[in-house]
Amino acid sequence: MLFVDILWKLLEIVLVAAVALPTTAALLVWAERRVSAFMQDRLGPNRVGPAGLLQPIADLLKFIFKEDVVPGHVNKAIYILAPALSLVPALLAFAVVPYARDMAILDVNVGILYVFSVSSIAVYGITLGGWASNSKYSLLGGVRASAQMISYELALGLSVVPVLLVTGETHLGRIVEWQAANGWLVLYLFPAWIIFLVSSYAETNRLPFDCPEAETELVAGYHTEYSSMKFALFFLAEYIHMITASALTVTLFFGGWHVPFFTLPEGGWGTTLSCLAFCAKTGFFLFLFIWVRWTLPRFRYDQLMNLGWKILLPASLGIIMLTAGGVALLAD
Amino acid sequence: MSTQVDIVLDRPEQPQEHQVLNMGPQHPSTHGVLRLVLELDGEIVVNCEPVVGYLHRGMEKLAESMTFHMFTPYTDRLDYLAPLANNVALTTAQEHLIGVEIPPRAKAIRVMCTEMSRISAHLLGLGAFAMDVGAMTVFLWCFRERETIYNLIEHITGARFTTSYTRVGGVANDIPDGFIEELKAFIDQFPEQIESFEKMLSRNRIWIDRTKDIGVITKDDALSYGLTGPNLRGSGIEWDLRIHRPYLDYERYDFDIPLGSVGDCYDRYLCRIEELKESTKILQQVIQKMPGGPVNTQDSKISLPEKSTVLKGMDELIHQFILITEGQDAPVGESYFGAENPKGELGFYFRSKGGGYPDRMFIRSPSFVNLQILPEIVKGRFISDVVAVLGSIDFVMGECDR
Repeated sequence: MLFVDILWKLLEIVLVAAVALPTTAALLVWAERRVSAFMQDRLGPNRVGPAGLLQPIADLLKFIFKEDVVPGHVNKAIYILAPALSLVPALLAFAVVPYARDMAILDVNVGILYVFSVSSIAVYGITLGGWASNSKYSLLGGVRASAQMISYELALGLSVVPVLLVTGETHLGRIVEWQAANGWLVLYLFPAWIIFLVSSYAETNRLPFDCPEAETELVAGYHTEYSSMKFALFFLAEYIHMITASALTVTLFFGGWHVPFFTLPEGGWGTTLSCLAFCAKTGFFLFLFIWVRWTLPRFRYDQLMNLGWKILLPASLGIIMLTAGGVALLAD
Repeated sequence: MSTQVDIVLDRPEQPQEHQVLNMGPQHPSTHGVLRLVLELDGEIVVNCEPVVGYLHRGMEKLAESMTFHMFTPYTDRLDYLAPLANNVALTTAQEHLIGVEIPPRAKAIRVMCTEMSRISAHLLGLGAFAMDVGAMTVFLWCFRERETIYNLIEHITGARFTTSYTRVGGVANDIPDGFIEELKAFIDQFPEQIESFEKMLSRNRIWIDRTKDIGVITKDDALSYGLTGPNLRGSGIEWDLRIHRPYLDYERYDFDIPLGSVGDCYDRYLCRIEELKESTKILQQVIQKMPGGPVNTQDSKISLPEKSTVLKGMDELIHQFILITEGQDAPVGESYFGAENPKGELGFYFRSKGGGYPDRMFIRSPSFVNLQILPEIVKGRFISDVVAVLGSIDFVMGECDR
């Protein structure tokens, strides 16, 4: 590899991981507050900058200047490690997502497997955060989180299997290319998409599945004892998880960067347009995240487990069987 | 009270697997300063011990050293979600003791005040319940409607919250011009809003899962624990003081008592939604049937004279002076009066040795009585259910602790 290539790759990593994703997450926080305000007949933050767009920066400054309290009763090493463990996998998982035509930070041929292996580390961040805090509410939150995320990871993983069966690929870029050639996968695998969507909500701990946090029950669950930037990292992690989940939904089921009924021009313009298309689709799913959160109440912990194990898991197994049968029939 | 709690915490025979979780007094869903000592087996509640008294202000004792009028502002701080209804309940109880009949217009205004408070209190009860279960948007929608009610209340009483509007023998002032139109505008659009709350919750699968068959209060339990208000009616018992022991001419108005069947959180929720509609109906009828005439009794030993006449007339000055310093002269004896408040039966017991000060006063607060059933119905359930049950019981600590 040429030196320039390496430099270019580094620049890309920095741009995406340190600039694009945190900025999107910050915008998402702003969007969440504005959209929820719109839904609730309020104004939301509109004072800092145009339409309140600079509010996330003000929030960040506040987080930085807050006193970083490490309570005396915590398990210090793990307590400090947990927020990072929660944030880093979310960033890493994004690496293989093809965010524009022929563009992804990491070009691995087992993209999906990579995503699942990396994102399953995230559960440690939350569980250990809850455990290391040595507080009852946090512990309950951590226990809930581990059970919930492990259960829903099964459904999430199984709901992607039909995608592999239909496309015969594990490389995310090639899955998108398959969709560009044959039509979006959501048309073929609508039920699998529903399961994927529900599970990804549970994986990101968002309402209606925010049992680990459950503000009105466990106060703030696993991050009750966190303050300042450590809390901000958990906060950021949640939003970056949302972005990654939306990006994956778009990549796996909604044709990634592909624009239907329109042939992208060759060269730089085409790549830019494809990136915009990808961003627009991801934006829609992020909006869906917000929309659902401010509409639905929260599941109870056991109901959530029932939904995961008794409905989503069998359903996704059934879909795999059907898809496999269909693929086998068509192949003959 | 504190010794009792220590016993719970240090219980020696407590198995090691159980953990004790102290929920409150500072907790987002204990609605103020209720403290619950929960003994947990994992997420399941084995034992629940409510600890009250963090908001105790000794109101009943305070009442012994003040005239009847002087106590009215304290009732603003009883059930602080429906100050006007408390004012009405207190003053009606005092009139019951003294034996005062008030003019029909004052009665109609008081009914209007009570029903407006009921709407406001139920809206908050509903909103807080929804928020505890996770539906934040309903909460803010409810608050938007409450805001309108507060505006209306401000228009009548001059205060949004600390109303202190009623006087023995009537009310502080007549309703202002243009108020009826404002109220009409509110009740015309209100049913639509109730529908929007119901759209968000009533047939929402998650909401039903979280509330159906949770916190079931059987008829017998409801009766033996002395529940009142929507909590009692949610269990299917038809008991509403407005109908069964009418006061303030409630028999003039035509309204139904919504009843639940099972007595679970969902039934209590539905009862409150229906009561919102019934209160709207009553308000409509009050507007239609609003009688004319004075808003205070003409007995100068009971109600304060017109302020403009006080500095000119000898009699008025004397009456004003005596009523302010010595208060209304109550006969020797005791009396109890209960009013159907948003949370249930708010009762005032007075013992009088004559004169303007009660010898003893006792407040029967519905929140306190309703809260007693809590440990019964949360045992063996999840922590999440505790929160849902707390929301559905809809208590206010200001009233519970007095």
